[in-house]
Amino acid sequence: MSEEVDLGRRRLLTTATALTGAVGAVFTATPFLASWKPSARAKAMGAPIEIDLSKLEPGSMLKVEWRGKPVWVVRRTPEMLKQLDQATPFLLDPKSDGSVQPEYAKNEARARNPEYFVVLGVCTHLGCSPLPKFEAADVTVSADWPGGFYCPCHGSKFDLSGRVFKGVPAPANLTVPPYTFVTDTRVMVGSDTSQTA
Amino acid sequence: MGNDSQTTSQAGGLWGWINARFPLDSMLKEHVTEYYAPKNFNYWYVFGVLSLVVLVIQLVSGIFLTMNYKPAAADAFASVEYIMRDVEWGWLIRYMHSTGASAFFIVVYLHMFRALMYGSYRAPRELLWIFGMLIYLCLMAEAFMGYLLPWGNMSYWGAQVIVSLFGTIPVIGDSLSEWIKGDYFISDITLNRFFALHVIAIPLILVFLVVAHILALHEVGSNNPDGVEIKKHKDANGRPLDGVAFHPYMTIKDLWGISVFLMIYCGIIFFAPTFGGLFLEAPNFDPANPMQTPPHIAPVWYFTPFYAMLRAVPSFAGTQVWGVLVMFGAIALLFFLPWLDKSPVKSIRYKGPITKFALALFAVSFVVLAYCGMKPPSTTLLLTSRIFTVVYFAFFLLMPWYSRIDAVKAVPERVTYNAH
Amino acid sequence: MLTKTFARALAALAIALPLLAQANEGASLPPAGNDIRNEASLQRGARNFMNYCSGCHSAKYIRYNRVAADLHIGESELKQNLMFTSEKPADTIASAMPAADAKKWFGVVPPDLSLIARSRGTAYLSAFLHGFYRDPSRPTGVNNTMLPGTAMPHVLNALQGVQTAVFKTENGKSEFEKFELTDKGSLTPAQYDDFVRDTVNFLDYVGEPVQAKRQDLGIWVTLFLMLFGAFSYLLYKDYWRDVH
Repeated sequence: MSEEVDLGRRRLLTTATALTGAVGAVFTATPFLASWKPSARAKAMGAPIEIDLSKLEPGSMLKVEWRGKPVWVVRRTPEMLKQLDQATPFLLDPKSDGSVQPEYAKNEARARNPEYFVVLGVCTHLGCSPLPKFEAADVTVSADWPGGFYCPCHGSKFDLSGRVFKGVPAPANLTVPPYTFVTDTRVMVGSDTSQTA
Repeated sequence: MGNDSQTTSQAGGLWGWINARFPLDSMLKEHVTEYYAPKNFNYWYVFGVLSLVVLVIQLVSGIFLTMNYKPAAADAFASVEYIMRDVEWGWLIRYMHSTGASAFFIVVYLHMFRALMYGSYRAPRELLWIFGMLIYLCLMAEAFMGYLLPWGNMSYWGAQVIVSLFGTIPVIGDSLSEWIKGDYFISDITLNRFFALHVIAIPLILVFLVVAHILALHEVGSNNPDGVEIKKHKDANGRPLDGVAFHPYMTIKDLWGISVFLMIYCGIIFFAPTFGGLFLEAPNFDPANPMQTPPHIAPVWYFTPFYAMLRAVPSFAGTQVWGVLVMFGAIALLFFLPWLDKSPVKSIRYKGPITKFALALFAVSFVVLAYCGMKPPSTTLLLTSRIFTVVYFAFFLLMPWYSRIDAVKAVPERVTYNAH
Repeated sequence: MLTKTFARALAALAIALPLLAQANEGASLPPAGNDIRNEASLQRGARNFMNYCSGCHSAKYIRYNRVAADLHIGESELKQNLMFTSEKPADTIASAMPAADAKKWFGVVPPDLSLIARSRGTAYLSAFLHGFYRDPSRPTGVNNTMLPGTAMPHVLNALQGVQTAVFKTENGKSEFEKFELTDKGSLTPAQYDDFVRDTVNFLDYVGEPVQAKRQDLGIWVTLFLMLFGAFSYLLYKDYWRDVH
């Protein structure tokens, strides 16, 4: 009747069952958590988009929605590219060390081709969409304004390469999405290579 | 597993802080570590805890399904396929829920049959039984409304048939069925309200009833295969001599039962999620089409015994309401079981041959009716359904008589138990 | 003991019931004989589907890139050989025919085929694709034994050839007996069987693209649960040695 209980064995079995159960719980939780990842439809809708630039005039800007965010393409004139140099001393991060961009856009023009500037139109402060203020000395911004983008929400300022000025709330330069030129006047946003995923 | 009883009373720390403000320790003791369950429980007693497991599975998988499901006639069917194909692991969550629905009824039917065998509905457990029956009613409502949501053609026509049943009620029938549908046919409006009832209203009631069921159980104590009260014989500390602490003894035994259940449940999910068209019916992979009835409509298997009874009753005096009455009567009778059983003993072990035969016949009639309800109508099946509908009702209606006259064996004073 | 025997009988019935239900359905149809793990067959089936079905039928719940990934079809191959009806690989398989035109031409919109294998079964689909026969009374010139009066023309005519149905009269009722191939098609009957089997196989896959993965995963889940079950059983037996 009164067999001795082997406590060692009991402890071992308890540990084994508990550990297996814990592993099982993790396995069970995985599909539920993974179901929150972007679905195949979300991925399909967020697939790279092609933008036709042939009708984009020099000095003007085009807005396209991609993954629910505005993507801007600015066709910069030689004068606008010169403004970049003028802005450099006033910038927080002129070399784009602390901002998000593909390797090929980590330069002064922040672009593959300096003429076409592709950027996400989302302020790095709190996510508003800045306004284009390309004219230098635009009175709606300030008298010494070198031209760029101005965020109406909290007054953050960016130059014509989306680089943030010192002393504004935004902490980093605007984000450049991955993109590639399919032809000279067609750009594909969302992919680094012309092959789609 | 804190079995050091001294530590809890004046323990400090977080445990003490909580217990000074919330009766966590005493609740755990009352319902877990110092709830004494009869040690002679057999495997029939696992189905209660399995119902709880399935409830949790259904709640969790259901919540995740609502994150991608769209309760609109135009989107519902496509959103289910979206879950099955585009949402990562969505297929698994959906199969967990669809298999869980059938699993729920399997374990609940077995749980109820256990109660029938061992007289678990008898005094003082009448209210426990009634809470259980209310849970069963909720479950049927839950299953019926949930079945409309995929908006397949079987969903659509199944709902059509069941809602039409209410239309057979004299005088108020038509306006009642219109009121349920919120429209003149099963429509987007109906789907939307069924969704609300399926995901919020009925689950809330269900959870409340489950808590009441468990509280009632712990108040009166569990019955057992011998049908004797273990509370009659207690030791010096007031613990039943034939009881074992729910934790660890029953929890660990249940854990073993749960792992066996999960093997079967997962086996179905991964290898036969449609279960040969019983759990997921083939016509339901066609979207709802109000213009075309599937060639053969049958409810899901767990409703078919009652559906067979419905079909077995002919229309009479110009109305079809009799079939509906018989169908609902078959469920209503179960509520009265505690007062129909007049036997001096509870458990089937000590009941006489008539009762044993009656119970066996009842179970057979339930299974046969389930089969008849699945099949397209035919004269043989109609006759079979009629015979077994009578058997089903006779089991209850004759019980006050046969349970009284049947021979009984002597019930032991203590439970019968052979140590492992 | 009576209850035990009875419980066993009940369990046996519970297992037998779905099998019975399954056996009764479509007992007269020969199985399609397809194998969703046969990737070459699925690839041929995909090609057949895109060439012969997708002109009129969509498969709107499955995406081209899903098919390509599951069946190991490269992107260039996908675009060249399979994608006729849409532009992007992430799109779902649409029909080339506008629904309004289809309604005008056939009187009905050809059904979406995403779930046809699940709602009708593979045996039915195989029998349907074998079931076209010459019937001059129909506007399409053909009829089908599985779906009499179908609006669908015999798209695979050139492959299968033309069949005539032979009916026998029994107890005053005309019953289908067999087919006779009157005009040969470009495929031999055996080749046509393969063609249908591949196509049905692809439709089976499209009905539930995850099914092979589901079964593979199921084996691991079962093995894991057996391990967990073994531990919990030993633990249960160990603790219950305390109970006398």
